[in-house]
Amino acid sequence: MSSLRVTTIRSEEVKKLLRLERFPHIWCPGCGIGTVVKCYAEAVLKSGIPEEKHVVISGIGCAARAPGYLKLDGLHVLHGRPIPVAVGLKSVKPDLEVTVISGDGDILTIGGNHFIHAIRRNDDINVILINNFIYGMTGGQYGATTPLGAITTTSPYGFIEGSFNVPYLAAALGANFVARWTPLHTKELVDAILKMFKVDGFAIVEIVSPCLIYGEMNNLPPLEMLKLLRERVVIDHEADLSKIDIDLRDPKKPIVVGNFVNRVKPSYQTRYMEIIKKARGGK
Amino acid sequence: MAERISLLEAVEKKEALLEPGVYFMQGNIASAEAALIAGCRFYAGYPITPSNEIAEHMSRRLPQVGGVFIQFEDEIASIMALIGAAYGGVKSMTATSGPGFSLMQEGIGCAFMIEAPIVIVDVQRGGPSTGLPTLVGQGDIMQAKWGSHGDYEIVAYLPSSVQEMFDLTIEAFNAAWEYRVPVIVLTDQRVGQMIEKIEVPPYEEIKIVVRRKPEVPPEEYLPFDSRYLVPPMAAAGEGYRFHVTCLTHDDRGYPTTSHNISRKLVSRLVAKIRENEKVIGRYESYLADDAELIIIAYGITSRAARRAVKEARREGLKVGLFRPITAWPFPYWGLKEHVDRGAELLVVEINMGQIVRVIREYYNNITKIHFMPWAPGEVPRPSDILLKIKEVYPR
Repeated sequence: MSSLRVTTIRSEEVKKLLRLERFPHIWCPGCGIGTVVKCYAEAVLKSGIPEEKHVVISGIGCAARAPGYLKLDGLHVLHGRPIPVAVGLKSVKPDLEVTVISGDGDILTIGGNHFIHAIRRNDDINVILINNFIYGMTGGQYGATTPLGAITTTSPYGFIEGSFNVPYLAAALGANFVARWTPLHTKELVDAILKMFKVDGFAIVEIVSPCLIYGEMNNLPPLEMLKLLRERVVIDHEADLSKIDIDLRDPKKPIVVGNFVNRVKPSYQTRYMEIIKKARGGK
Repeated sequence: MAERISLLEAVEKKEALLEPGVYFMQGNIASAEAALIAGCRFYAGYPITPSNEIAEHMSRRLPQVGGVFIQFEDEIASIMALIGAAYGGVKSMTATSGPGFSLMQEGIGCAFMIEAPIVIVDVQRGGPSTGLPTLVGQGDIMQAKWGSHGDYEIVAYLPSSVQEMFDLTIEAFNAAWEYRVPVIVLTDQRVGQMIEKIEVPPYEEIKIVVRRKPEVPPEEYLPFDSRYLVPPMAAAGEGYRFHVTCLTHDDRGYPTTSHNISRKLVSRLVAKIRENEKVIGRYESYLADDAELIIIAYGITSRAARRAVKEARREGLKVGLFRPITAWPFPYWGLKEHVDRGAELLVVEINMGQIVRVIREYYNNITKIHFMPWAPGEVPRPSDILLKIKEVYPR
């Protein structure tokens, strides 16, 4: 009973962080994005960082509509480009907690170059990457995380390109914090986002949240998809990241989630403070 | 987290800036120093010839004044990072050349739509495509105006000397922050890389425009308040909780598909520049008052044209020079009195015909418009221009 009450109060608090005048939102019934937005809002409330110091930035796509429903400073920019906008802002205003919420197409496909280089520089931003395996907003084309063999509107005979294993990629590039969860793991996701706020450097959580359009084209009705997430998820913080690629078609292949990487390495923005000291001292 | 403070708060203003006085300086470096004096504290860019001196200079100078330099993975990231910094309330700049300028076009459109004040220095080289990386061109005039999709207006300056690289970079920042628009310093390889004398005036004589901040409480703040031609701008972290988007949006910054709102928004955005074209647009005339033929030339070409005018005068030909200082808005009104009294026009530019199209737009069928195209790679010599003057001079 008591835990139920706490949840109710929290929902009311979360509402204060939403632009309710914009509801109903654009997301389909059964889509996981709304849950992720709620988890982010909850993390903002729990973070201890003043709400006005949180900034949320996105590109284009379904997930990228998140800032439009959050009563925080928010920038909804070009397709593929939220990361450089976030880096520019964070670099001049280090006191802000800058978070990118966007999709796999935005961050990894068209924006892939910015993703790899922001991790290499170790820019002090948080990235909440909602992986729905497809371009949902444009109607179901394949992208860089579409599973092999999947049917999409631009791979009617099956997808043959190959896909990114997001945590493996991010960890290999050197990200300070790497996690993967699903919209069913709300408690764990809030916890992961709170950890990300504390990281000085690049922090990313991938949220496995298949698009309903993807399900429709690949024999996965909405309920089946939720069941699949519940039944095949394995929590393993120590997982071998090279083996945690996702294959939704293989019933024996687990979807491994967890907080995989949490390492300390100063961010570009922190190291730049040293540059400023050096430049001013050496003048 | 607590020990993180704003970089800008960490330094006193005006510290470590180029002091007033006379210098022998490169155009690109003069532009960088002017940016610092204008208050620029963020630079994002990608290496490209012949603009590199600006990035190199900024990488050394920005940390000295408490600013931040980042060399990004490409020009796309660079232009977008400027938008992020601008929404942090910080003046920001990039420098590039043709190919990089092409990559920035979508971001320039975004900056226009989201009303982010940013400055881009385009040191034009020869094109098309990779073209002539180390040599002069003036082929980006139309790209500066029309390079991004949709309807927009841009401000672009045409410096013709190192002194103007300094002066017009400061003006570019002023225009950007006055009108909340992207502004381009549209220079060329010769002006950017030449070294000549400049004078930095006393700081109190330099006009610096700063961000107009909101005067209403956060709950009343509208990021795109259409009661203003140029709405006041809140920066992230100030408590206004704004939402801004490059989608067509209402005054609150919320996306909309309403045609009525689209009409109001696009009309206001272009009106910011169109209604102020005579405030922003600038030109200089030389020996034009009695001229029967007026040469129109800008940037490095105007310097060769000026010499050609002098030589033509020596030979008794009534020739003058009209030098646009802004490409956009184009100062077409400055030619009217001359055209009205019957002067003919000769456009000389290092391209196959760009500004000449604008001249035709305003003065076709009113007077004769002659044109001297010049392929990129070299500046036409005064003698080349003089030859053309003699060919077309009205008799």
